[in-house]
Amino acid sequence: MATAHDLGQPLMTPLTPLAVADPGGLIQSVDWVAVAPPLIAALAALAVLVTDLFLPEARKRLLGWLSAAGLLAALAALLPLALGDTRSTFCFQSPGGGCSYTADHFALAFQLLALGGALLTVLLSLHTVETEELPGGEYWFLLLSSACGAALLPAARDLATLVIALEVATLPAFALVGLRRDGRGAESALKFFLSSVTATAVMLLGVSFVYAAAGTIQLQGIADGLAHAPGQLKPLAEAGAVLTLVGFAFKTAAVPFHFWVPDTYVGAPLPVAGYLSVVGKAAGLSGLALVTTLAFRPYGHTWGLVLAVLAALTMTFGNAAALRQRTDTPHGAVRLLAWSSVGQAGYLLVPLAAAGYAGTAEPLGATVAYALIYGLVNLGAFGAVALVGGSGRLDGFRGLAGRNRWAAFGLAFFLLCLAGLPPGVVGLFGKVVVFRSAVDAGLGWLAVVMAVNVVVALAYYLKWTALLFAPAAGEGAGEATGEAPGEAVAPRRTPAPLGAALGLAAVGAVVLSVAPQLVLQVVSGSLF
Amino acid sequence: MNAVLIALLALPLLGAALMLAPIGDRQALRLGTTVTGGTLLLSVVLAAGFDHDDPGRMQAVTDVSWIPALDVRLHLGVDGISLPLLVLTALLTFLCALYSVRKLPAGPGGRAFTGLLLLLQTGMLATFAVLDLVLFFLAFEIVLIPMYFLIARWGSGQKVAAANRFILYTLLGSAVMLLGFLLIGVQAGTFDMVALADAHGSGLSHTTQLVAALAVLVGLAVKAPAWPLHSWLPDAHTAAPTAGSVLLAGVMLKMGTYGLVRVLLPIVPDGTATFAPYLGAFAAVGIVYGSLACLALARKGAKGDLKRLIAYSSVGHMGFVLLGIASLTPTGLNGALFANVAHGLITGLLFFVVGAVKDRYGTADLDTLAGATGAALYGRAPRIGALLAFAAVASLGLPGLAGFWGELLAMYGAFDPAAGLSRPAFVTYMVLAGLGTLLTAAYLLIVVKRVCMGDPAQPAPVADLPDLKGYEAASWTPLAALTLLAGLWPALLLGLSDPAVKHLLGGG
Repeated sequence: MATAHDLGQPLMTPLTPLAVADPGGLIQSVDWVAVAPPLIAALAALAVLVTDLFLPEARKRLLGWLSAAGLLAALAALLPLALGDTRSTFCFQSPGGGCSYTADHFALAFQLLALGGALLTVLLSLHTVETEELPGGEYWFLLLSSACGAALLPAARDLATLVIALEVATLPAFALVGLRRDGRGAESALKFFLSSVTATAVMLLGVSFVYAAAGTIQLQGIADGLAHAPGQLKPLAEAGAVLTLVGFAFKTAAVPFHFWVPDTYVGAPLPVAGYLSVVGKAAGLSGLALVTTLAFRPYGHTWGLVLAVLAALTMTFGNAAALRQRTDTPHGAVRLLAWSSVGQAGYLLVPLAAAGYAGTAEPLGATVAYALIYGLVNLGAFGAVALVGGSGRLDGFRGLAGRNRWAAFGLAFFLLCLAGLPPGVVGLFGKVVVFRSAVDAGLGWLAVVMAVNVVVALAYYLKWTALLFAPAAGEGAGEATGEAPGEAVAPRRTPAPLGAALGLAAVGAVVLSVAPQLVLQVVSGSLF
Repeated sequence: MNAVLIALLALPLLGAALMLAPIGDRQALRLGTTVTGGTLLLSVVLAAGFDHDDPGRMQAVTDVSWIPALDVRLHLGVDGISLPLLVLTALLTFLCALYSVRKLPAGPGGRAFTGLLLLLQTGMLATFAVLDLVLFFLAFEIVLIPMYFLIARWGSGQKVAAANRFILYTLLGSAVMLLGFLLIGVQAGTFDMVALADAHGSGLSHTTQLVAALAVLVGLAVKAPAWPLHSWLPDAHTAAPTAGSVLLAGVMLKMGTYGLVRVLLPIVPDGTATFAPYLGAFAAVGIVYGSLACLALARKGAKGDLKRLIAYSSVGHMGFVLLGIASLTPTGLNGALFANVAHGLITGLLFFVVGAVKDRYGTADLDTLAGATGAALYGRAPRIGALLAFAAVASLGLPGLAGFWGELLAMYGAFDPAAGLSRPAFVTYMVLAGLGTLLTAAYLLIVVKRVCMGDPAQPAPVADLPDLKGYEAASWTPLAALTLLAGLWPALLLGLSDPAVKHLLGGG
């Protein structure tokens, strides 16, 4: 680029004046550093796809490591952004025009979650891709593309970029879910696809309404436009806002758009289920946060109430369903995690609702902090389930402590973090900041609902934790259930990448438990 | 001095972490005794270095920032209220560890047991040492998981159901309590308990105080436990192993009443004053209810479990503590704090002795034990019988033993409650409490009659009944001695608590 510029300069100057008054204004200057994180992920995806063509079958394993390296590079690209000031790019030159891409603290935190979550997923997947004989090139390409979309989304500041980023994050996920070539995978992918496409269609309709009413797609501009919209456009704008929210609520798996979750998770390869529960949810959540707090700010009280009710319903339904999981259901472990992720989505929505009531974006910090904590420990829990393998019944975890001490300790720690009980201190503080945002905004009833839900959730997390340390089937007299001997699958040697992912998640959670300030600083800092 | 307090908290935590390393079960148990012994030593050093001339002042203070984002500080300190409880906790845990070396309850092994015991101790000590609301909540929660597993894995009978009930009940209470803390913190702008206590409720609106006081009161009342929120307690005590019962009754119940004195009273005084009459009423009902339940269990043919009976007696005894607190007077509070420690010593001893009886007979069912005439421990195992009788008599409040002063002062406080509280109501509570003491004496004497007396020649469920063993004597004697000491020299404790209580009530 620099050379072209140098060469072009002497040729350009003697030309006659151009038809446009300000020719420089047409050439968009792109801040490459700001867009580096999603860009690197996208480039890595392309590189994987191309490399796949030239690699012999035996060396496909390299692709996974290539993906990991790409995501690491993307994560490293976050560093200069985190240390420097907020940078924006793709800006409109016209007066009052904002920027389409902004790398502020909110965007960086969610990019860290998306890319870090994807990295952990890659480490978890290395083993799965091999044992389940998934098509390597496609798998890694799809995963990286989806991560790229999820990283782009939180930085998007107009509706078009937002919708595109959401689709980039979601479309590859359909294929990822369906990659497992058995009936279950195809069915769950179809279920996921159909319901998701419906939600997208509804959202697009909503976006067009909002555009019609506000006259702009810039999030900041929409807020001003809605505030001054003529009276006859008000119903259109409100309908548009509601329809847009529906689309994002679907991605976060909020009740009543949650029904696809358990079947999709069970049908998908296990790491993909973990990925959907963390990165997929984070993408929807960041979009929801952006749209509500930036674009629909004038309607704060309305969507604040809607989100509060949604949060209460989501956590109650999710936890009640998780509580009903029996220990002998096939894939019970994944189903339990699926329902628990629905419940956790409810907690994540609480600060969003609080932001609506408070009229500022300040409570969002609690969502960001909780999402980061949840992402780390939930992926850890999925990793531990992947390690144990077997039929995925909860009964298969009985007596895990006797067979694989560290896996049992790790899983117990992750579960207690999810439950928010010491020694999972970081989970506890995650809940404390969420509670605080609700109390601060005067949402006392929601805080009480959440308190009851935390207790309900403990019941099933603890049931699972207790199973890990129960005597193994057949060993404890009178405690053995009717399950067949040998059902409890003893793990083979722990695959290195899987162990690395689990270790990474566990060390991260322990470090954050000792020094919660590392993650909780987003609560007190400015986000936008 | 502050280094001693930090070490007091760090040592058991370190010991618990050490239990993750692959060491043998016996080694682990011995290491546990060493660590808890070291902790006890540290608590004694702390007590010795404590400025006894000024117990109302926070001493051994550490105050460093931990989570600036939430304004949570590692603020530690002891005063005359927390010091006795710290020493009591260290002592009881050490005795439990010592006892468990020789008498480990049936379960998955000594290493996990010791690790959980040490983690439990960390949480209990931290509860009494921290001066930040969020840390207090954290410490409150730390004890749940270890106690859950101690009951569920080393207990007996319906242990898993009892453990579940215990943890869910307590967590519901503490989650509500957290909401109260957050409300206080958000409104007052700080979580620091000393600053909030010094402000004495200024800066908090009346409505805030009411809501916060109610939330905190519910959480602590579950823990204490106050009637009618006590129903988790009998099951948990009955199912828990001896060490679990001792610590549950001896220390963990005190976390609730300590919280009432440390948090509720000074931080939201208006709210407390509003709810004090109700607390007093529940306390009085609890006293009578606990005693009546015990009487019913002690009857012949009632199939009463001895551990369950002592658990119900705890409901009654903690009722006295709550009544003393509800009176909002220095006298009542001093009595409550004294009764707290006394109940820890006496009930700890009772659970030890009853646990030993249960181990020997294989059951704690009173009818099976007593047979036709009585278990005749005086004749068959005279030392154990004497200790049981001693503990029972101390528990019913015989003058000269620890149980007497606390309950007397609590009732005296209720006789003349703080200004603004309805005197007739509190006098009624006092009369009910007095009736409770009579009922308490009745059931404890029945227990002594049915367990200690009787005909040694009658056919017994077990033929061989060894008397007091060395390790049992070692772990029980300190409790018996301290019960006697606290009864004969109450000024030892009251001198510590009185200035601190006056300071908390804003009187000096």
